Amino acid sequence: MEFFRISRTIPFMRYALVFNVISLITFLTAVGFLTFRGLNLSIEFTGGTELELAYRAPADLEAIRTAIGTMEKGDFQVQSFGSAQDVLIRLPSHPGLLSGQQAEAVFAALTAAPTSGEAGVCAELHADYAKFVRIPVAERTAEAADASRQSQQKLVGQCTELRRVAYVGPQVGAELAQDGALALLFVVLGIAAYLAVRFEKKFSAAAIIANLHDVVLVIGMFSIFHWEFSLPVLAAVLAVLGYSVNESVIIFDRVREHFRTMRKATVIEVIDSAITATISRTIITHGATLTMTVTMLIFGGPALHNFALALTLGILFGVYSSVFVAAALAKYFGVQRSDLVRPVKEERPLTP
Amino acid sequence: MNRYPLWKYLLIVVAVVFGVIYTVPNLFGSSPAVQIASIKATVHADTALLGQVEQALKTAGIASQGIALETAGVNPAIRVRLADTDTQARAQKLLDATLNPDHSDPAYVVADNLLPRTPEWLQRLHALPMYLGLDLRGGVHFLLQVDLDEAVNKRLQTTEADLRSLLRDKDVHHAGIQRSGDRLEIRFRDLAGRTQAMGVIHDSNADLALKEGGTEADPLILATLTPTALAAVQDNALKQNITTLKKRINELAVSEPVVQQQGTDRVVVELPGIQDTARAKNIIGRTATLEARLVDVSAEGQAATSGAAPVPFGSERFTVGRGVPVVLKKEVIFNGSQLEGANATFDDKQQAAVSITLNDAAGRIMLQTTRENLKKPMAVVLFERGRGEVLTVATIQGEFGSKFQITGQSNAQTANDLALLLRAGALAAPMQIIEERQIGPSLGAANIEAGLRATAFGFAAIAVFMIAYYAIFGVVSVISLALNLMLLVGILSLLQATLTLPGIAAIAFTLGMAIDANVLINERIREELRKGTAPQQAIAQGYERAFATILDSNVTTLIAGIFLFMLGSGPVRGFAVVHCLGILTSIFSAVFVSRGLVNLIYGSRRKLQSVAIGQIWRPAASGG
Repeated sequence: MEFFRISRTIPFMRYALVFNVISLITFLTAVGFLTFRGLNLSIEFTGGTELELAYRAPADLEAIRTAIGTMEKGDFQVQSFGSAQDVLIRLPSHPGLLSGQQAEAVFAALTAAPTSGEAGVCAELHADYAKFVRIPVAERTAEAADASRQSQQKLVGQCTELRRVAYVGPQVGAELAQDGALALLFVVLGIAAYLAVRFEKKFSAAAIIANLHDVVLVIGMFSIFHWEFSLPVLAAVLAVLGYSVNESVIIFDRVREHFRTMRKATVIEVIDSAITATISRTIITHGATLTMTVTMLIFGGPALHNFALALTLGILFGVYSSVFVAAALAKYFGVQRSDLVRPVKEERPLTP
Repeated sequence: MNRYPLWKYLLIVVAVVFGVIYTVPNLFGSSPAVQIASIKATVHADTALLGQVEQALKTAGIASQGIALETAGVNPAIRVRLADTDTQARAQKLLDATLNPDHSDPAYVVADNLLPRTPEWLQRLHALPMYLGLDLRGGVHFLLQVDLDEAVNKRLQTTEADLRSLLRDKDVHHAGIQRSGDRLEIRFRDLAGRTQAMGVIHDSNADLALKEGGTEADPLILATLTPTALAAVQDNALKQNITTLKKRINELAVSEPVVQQQGTDRVVVELPGIQDTARAKNIIGRTATLEARLVDVSAEGQAATSGAAPVPFGSERFTVGRGVPVVLKKEVIFNGSQLEGANATFDDKQQAAVSITLNDAAGRIMLQTTRENLKKPMAVVLFERGRGEVLTVATIQGEFGSKFQITGQSNAQTANDLALLLRAGALAAPMQIIEERQIGPSLGAANIEAGLRATAFGFAAIAVFMIAYYAIFGVVSVISLALNLMLLVGILSLLQATLTLPGIAAIAFTLGMAIDANVLINERIREELRKGTAPQQAIAQGYERAFATILDSNVTTLIAGIFLFMLGSGPVRGFAVVHCLGILTSIFSAVFVSRGLVNLIYGSRRKLQSVAIGQIWRPAASGG
């Protein structure tokens, strides 16, 4: 079985201009969204408190908002997370109040009245918890804490439960954002340096611009659709940058090889034939990697959702930009046979 | 040409054996256990305790599946393996009651634990399951910021007092010592006094950098801490805080707590299995420092106590309990870090008391102070979040050094509370929680399940495709991909790296990328065959030519992985570690191992007519 029965060179470059215009428009759209709308940053970057609650039946978000509104003065968010039963609540942090207590109080308030789908014993368990929460932290004994933990365990699977609480202080957020930007910068510089050593500079410039264009597009998508941009998403974007650069590397490797073997061909013919020769491999390998990321997207649960989404989009844009953007850029930069195929130096005559 | 020398095959066999040995511990799961460790510095878990535990379990008729004393760590512990969680709960209650007869002063922590069910011979090879991150097992995570400026501040205060007494002892006259920012200014009436002081201070205090300043009429010395001394102060403060945290966490009875330095001024605390963050935080985040000071009994001091006069210079006003004011001198007799022990006890009149042990340095100062201030009151102040609270005020009844008692406690409970406060107060610098995470137990299990499911389904889909598309070569690719997975898990287990959810995602992503190398090789071989190259030649050429490309693509990915590791933290770092290791194992297995398999299958056949790499399609018209 062979999927790609390509008998002649596909004139990729003929359509390059059209694709480049599309690229430019989408790129500018992404930049526009990033500038004017910004990213929906996770609390890792912004600081604040986040709670994840699991209900036993689709949750009534409006009721939750009303309940929190009575006790929370600041700007809070309530949204469903993964499924309609799982709810994510974001609270601003208040100086002086411990975030754990903030979360405890919110959870106790939300479970004060039973919700649908809960077992009968839940009301009692939640009441016990609310009683425990009202004990000042300093006066909680080990026994009381232990008893509370055991009753919390009983909530699992039958009652509304508090699955996760995260609190990030404002200084950590600022630092993470800075480290993230720094990581992006270093990855780009590192890859550019490697390509400059490995290839001619027009190629390395073309490859790095093409792949930065993917990064902007992926991050832009997160801005356009208001998906949450978290630390793992940033990691995925950077990993995918490293991964999709190699696609450009593979194509440029072929271009160099074909410059050597196809001595009469024009630059455009050489680029077209190089892309044609690698296209089957490109689609199959990226298909394999995409299989992994898409299964992650489908089966990986809500915690991995945006991470897998960033990987998937990154790979798709990476393939597109390597085939249509990188090579076209190299052509615009005026890449020539002489840039890649160095004339063989004449051997120095032996002096007697 | 397609043959490996014997050593290469042996290397592959070694890699397979390594992969199997270090991967399998992850498959055994774990069984419930009870862990017993001492929380007192003077008591240790030993064979005598082991006997006691065995006896107690036997009497109660609880069957254990093995009791072992482990002395490898800093704190020796006894671990009792049990059949199920019910037995675990019973054993925990029983042992806690047996070993800690005095409940107000427990000597041991008896905690629920999970032990890997790995056979012993594997454990001896250090083949242990991977360490699961909190997002996979549930628990709480804290990031604490240590206020090192405060440690330096305190050091400067002590130095200021030291300088005063030094100059007094050496009979050097000065016109006042003042703090200004991070330096001390010592004023003099004349130049001669300054010269004399320079010599005296220089000889006695190597931690200070001295500089002359001021005018001829108003000469002064500017003293700052040397960079070495400053670094030492900060480093010691951080280390002491970590030690204190570790001690406090023992109170929480967590089975595998993590307390680690992060960067120069941060500490990470991870407590698996804990759900009550507020209490955990209350114990670890007790940002308390302890100081013993003299009560200012001068007339001005007494006047200030009632609020009638301003607080005299060199003293501060505090409150005892619910608002009774007291004025204390600023000079610190001893602080929490010099306190070696504080225990509830009874004095010779059978009254509840707290016995205190100080280190030698503090003991000497205490001796001098008590001699000079007999029958005068002394106070112990606990500073929390910048506010001081007087824990106790006691009258000095005699001359004493490093061992003494605070008597007059109303009952055993208050004595016990005071002892606990004194003991736990030993933090060198205040800390603040800047990040906190709590992951419920069900979420951890759900995350593991989701991560494993995604990886397994992805792997299966790729395997089916590769075998269908590349026939025998596809089988070879899948086998080497499986070995890659095993090696990766094996290395992670051997390194005892922490596996997080992004780590599992990185494993899946790495597998997807690793297959890239095999596709490259297989496509190259097909291409060679299409050109009409002889099969053996095509295999050799395919591997050779694909290798440069594989190397290139992995280098760029590795660059990204390394920077992520360097700049990332927490879950991102977990992702980066797996990603980088995965790239290395995938080069080995996709190139070296798969070639070995192909050589084994085809290498020995002299007249090889065709290879099973799926259908090779040739363009009908050549040169199209």
